[in-house]
Amino acid sequence: MSRLGLAIDLDACVGCHACATACKEWNGRSLMAGGAPDYDPYGPAPSGVWFNRVRHYEAGDYPQTRTLNVPLSCMHCEDADCVTVCPTGASYKRAEDGIVLVDPEKCMGCNYCAWACPYGARELDQTSGTMRKCTLCVDRIYDQALPPAERQPACVLACPAHARHFGDFDDPGSTVAQLTAGRGGVPLFEQLGYRPVNRYLPPRPAAQVAAPAQAPARGTLQARLKRLANRLIQL
Amino acid sequence: MKPALSVILFTVSSGAGLGLVVWLAIAQLAGRVAGGSTPWWAGVGLAALLLTGGLLSSTAHLANPRNGWRSLARVRSSWLSREALSALLLYPLAALHVALTLAGSPAAALSAGLLIVLALLTVVCTAMIYACLKTVPRWRTWHTPAVFVLYALAGGGLLWSALLASVPAAGATPAAAGPSGSALATLLVLAALVKVGYFAKFSARVSATLNDALAVPLAAPAGHVQGRVRLLDVGHAHPTFLTDEFGFDLPRPRAVRLRAAMLLLTAVAPLTLLWFGAAGVWLAAVAFLVGSGLERWLFFAQAQHVVRLYHGQPQV
Repeated sequence: MSRLGLAIDLDACVGCHACATACKEWNGRSLMAGGAPDYDPYGPAPSGVWFNRVRHYEAGDYPQTRTLNVPLSCMHCEDADCVTVCPTGASYKRAEDGIVLVDPEKCMGCNYCAWACPYGARELDQTSGTMRKCTLCVDRIYDQALPPAERQPACVLACPAHARHFGDFDDPGSTVAQLTAGRGGVPLFEQLGYRPVNRYLPPRPAAQVAAPAQAPARGTLQARLKRLANRLIQL
Repeated sequence: MKPALSVILFTVSSGAGLGLVVWLAIAQLAGRVAGGSTPWWAGVGLAALLLTGGLLSSTAHLANPRNGWRSLARVRSSWLSREALSALLLYPLAALHVALTLAGSPAAALSAGLLIVLALLTVVCTAMIYACLKTVPRWRTWHTPAVFVLYALAGGGLLWSALLASVPAAGATPAAAGPSGSALATLLVLAALVKVGYFAKFSARVSATLNDALAVPLAAPAGHVQGRVRLLDVGHAHPTFLTDEFGFDLPRPRAVRLRAAMLLLTAVAPLTLLWFGAAGVWLAAVAFLVGSGLERWLFFAQAQHVVRLYHGQPQV
């Protein structure tokens, strides 16, 4: 029995979207994932299915602001409502490692699981009419044909900043458990009660930035010169 | 949430059909309509039409309807499975009830009672599909099942009264065989009151913020990430499945106008029209059903999924 998941370091993440594109590359034609198609990829409004999306936020007030690059994919929740609400049995959570999967052979494309997911981790594949989601690269992590170092999800291998870590949260000696304990890793949207497995390591404390000196009072020579310079630039 | 026409038609049409089943069974149990009479057959036919039409419409919402038959697989955990099962069980039970009634069997009273229970159960299951979702705070309230049941009973009651006004039961006046005017008026007023209470409850309520979604505290020791979070970049350039499904926006002034129109159609108009004889009852039923469609459209259009937080909405 294990509880596989990701620990994502928000201090290290630079928001480059390499994890998201590596995911598309591996899962695009994966039989386990069912594929992650693109719609009109070279047209004026390309769209498609992504199992992992990176978004960018800013917290706090100037000058104490912090940028947060937040990759969001399936959290492989312990109380996964997407599995509970699925009427067909297509969505299931594996007892042995806790990975949440969709069986495209059973899915009827009702979108109900996507409604139940707060993280936007499930997207409908319009070409087959069945639901898609992160498989934690279940077709990599157990593949004996791969060298042991490569038996990890594609997103983890691709991350150039080493911001993503994969492992078993039930094993206190695993990298993910150690990082979570040492850095105070947190789950996202905990109050919904789905008990997500993935952990986000908050950025380390930053140096204090002093507030800038007060701007020169209006009407002084310095202020007038500054206004003049600004106007000249805009000519 | 995207107000999908297939789901709106499904909940309104099957709801009214199930309400009609309830009133028909009550009238039969009370001995106010004879089994096998013209108005009875009219009621049975209309209920079957509305329920079947609604269920067929719901399959239009499926992206892969070939697997629709599998929807009964998770009755133990999924309200959608439970809804499908109880709706499908209605057909053999209704067929049995029709056979027992035509045979003049006293067991028809039992099957009528079971039909009332199963029809109401189906409406509750339909409502719980939405009310059980923690991700849509505006659905997760007792108002959802209350509105679905009240609207089903009111819509079915108005349709039954309208049918009786056109095809009177032999030896009985329409008023005696159908739901009484005061019963219908009570249902309409109750439904409107629950809706107004629902609007009041959620008009200014904040259920979750972007800070909750990203687990960022508003205040923390100096240097730690803290304070109000805002979106810098959403990470996609064009609409995605998530924005299509959950990004529907209804400007507030338009929402207020539509709410007023909805209350006008589902309460004021039918309550007034009920006074004007047979034609009035039909008009009241039509006004109410159109208003129900508007109510259901608003139910979806104004529900806000928490994934909108990650797309930059500060709160839902």
